[in-house]
Amino acid sequence: METKAAPDKDELLFDSVLKTGKGFYALFCLMLGLFLWGVYGYSTQLRYGLGVTGLNRTNFWGFYIVNFVFFIGISHAGTLISAILRLCQAEWRRPITRMAETITVMVICYGAANVVVDLGRPDRFLYVFRYGRIQSPMIWDVISICTYLTASSVYLYVALIPDIALLRDIVRPGLRKSFYALLSLGWTGTAKQRRRLDIAIAILAVMVIPIAVSVHTVVSWVFGMTIQPMWHSTIFGPYFVVGAIYSGIAALLIAMAILRKAYRLEGYIKPLHFDYLGRLFLAMCLLWFYFTLAEFITTYYGHEPTEMAAWWDKISGRYAVFFWTMVVTNVFIPFTILCNKRTRTVAGTVTASVFVLIGMWLERFVIVAPTLANPRLPWGHGSYMPTWVECSELAAMTSGFVLFYMVFVKLFPVISIWEVREGRERSVQEVVERVKNYMPMVA
Amino acid sequence: MPRWGMVIDLDKCTGCQACVVACKQENNVPFSEEKEGSENRREIQWLTVMAVAKGEYPNVGLTFMPMMCQMCDTPPCVRICPVGATYLNREGLVGQIYPRCIGCRYCANACPYQVKYFNWFWPEWPKEMEASLNSDVSVRPKGVIEKCTFCVQRLQKARERAALEGREVRSEGEYVPACVESCPAQAMYFGDLDDPKTQVRRLAQDARAFRIMEHLGTRPKVYYLRKGGSSGDESGAGQG
Repeated sequence: METKAAPDKDELLFDSVLKTGKGFYALFCLMLGLFLWGVYGYSTQLRYGLGVTGLNRTNFWGFYIVNFVFFIGISHAGTLISAILRLCQAEWRRPITRMAETITVMVICYGAANVVVDLGRPDRFLYVFRYGRIQSPMIWDVISICTYLTASSVYLYVALIPDIALLRDIVRPGLRKSFYALLSLGWTGTAKQRRRLDIAIAILAVMVIPIAVSVHTVVSWVFGMTIQPMWHSTIFGPYFVVGAIYSGIAALLIAMAILRKAYRLEGYIKPLHFDYLGRLFLAMCLLWFYFTLAEFITTYYGHEPTEMAAWWDKISGRYAVFFWTMVVTNVFIPFTILCNKRTRTVAGTVTASVFVLIGMWLERFVIVAPTLANPRLPWGHGSYMPTWVECSELAAMTSGFVLFYMVFVKLFPVISIWEVREGRERSVQEVVERVKNYMPMVA
Repeated sequence: MPRWGMVIDLDKCTGCQACVVACKQENNVPFSEEKEGSENRREIQWLTVMAVAKGEYPNVGLTFMPMMCQMCDTPPCVRICPVGATYLNREGLVGQIYPRCIGCRYCANACPYQVKYFNWFWPEWPKEMEASLNSDVSVRPKGVIEKCTFCVQRLQKARERAALEGREVRSEGEYVPACVESCPAQAMYFGDLDDPKTQVRRLAQDARAFRIMEHLGTRPKVYYLRKGGSSGDESGAGQG
């Protein structure tokens, strides 16, 4: 595309924005096709009603709510991980924060969209603002997700400003240049601007962590605040947050591997990144196992009949296939891969990630469906099987996320150029100083 | 202020389903077609008669149990509705505002009695039936939740009549839901639970009286009578 002057040695990082290959168009068309298929599915649902899905009485919620919890969960990858790594001044974060933050912003939108798709009357969606009752956990969801979307968008954008300015300076005059000029907010990189940016990012990074934790807690409370068997649980808050971070890291690892391959970023994203994230991934794997065990063992020892009906349905009943697949893909496979240094490679972590994404989706499903299929009263036990409509919506949401991400990649650098440069130019010095500062008896 | 409640004598109920028919007719509840039928579990029935089997072969007993909205005094559905489309009024009726409902079905999931119904499709009646729809009851559109209202339209009428005569609605006999009115076995009673003179009040305190899943703290205003009280099966008492 229209490059004015060859940028310096980080030229490669501009390539994703300025050059577009055949593969990009092919994938874009595929994703667009899937997305449009989902639009068709939704239009069918709008025309005939939610009856075209597999939902029914007692199984009032299904795929849509599962997807909602799953997507909002994935969003925890980005902003949360990026914020924690920034606050800890982990230098290796620099090439991966942008990718992570982008996942967050895109995926929240689709998470929220699932709820709208689930509504019987989407035309009345705005009633949640007009008539919203603060006593309802669903309104807490609306508030926390709006806050989270705002905070993580701002967080993504603020750290983008210097890169937008770089792009503004290299593209030819035209629509694109004015777009960047507008978004760069007059950034010239002066010391004063730099200091302000550092302060803004530091404040946002601190703010975003409790917001992220609260978001998935509130998502879990939608279930926890009812008296339904195996939903009414106080452990759900932290359990959901851990699961969210777990699936989030998986999504991040996959995004990193794809972008690294597609744009030949091997020089920036190295096996070390996969190794380090892989360790965090391993820790979350064990934490998730701990919470799942705690949840199931507490229910078992409480042994209340209504709770146990749902419990057995998961362990050995109609949902056993999903439950045990979840255990294998969320614990056995990732643990085996990640605890071994030889398999904690790029390919290894990505394999583990794919399994964990499947497993975490199943986890959400195993939370939502068996409870609704096992109500307290002895009559009216239903079961749930999705139709093509729900499956198309899942495909559309996933492809929609990829589409969003692809458009983002075409507009902005996927690796934070200024942060990488800063790392190269200043960090080595700084880290030496820092270590000297806190390490006793260093010359 | 009255607190409307119902008492159903299971020892008298024959399971004839007259109440079910009366309810459908009174409240414009559409027929279940194949796409909504019992297999798909999409049918809407504000009132259903459940059969509860007791004992083991050859000593099996069957009790019929009419199930409708239990009109809780602390309704779990009202507590969690995001937009206030379901509410508890001062006379103890749990109401639905159809034009307000966004169709999230959270209330249906929160209700331990499974008596909230969702409009999965547009409601339809055979052409011949359309003329006999009850003009006092709105037809619910696709995408909203509905449930038994204790025939609140009948309360409305009774209130208007009473107002014309410059008095309050009588605490028993004047406002009666369609199911109670239709019961050939006279197994259903309706009236003000707070008025010590009413039959419902007296029966609600009977030794045979029980409410479904009382231990959940929902405080329903539908009482059931049966010799020996709750069997534990349908009351959920033994079920945590």
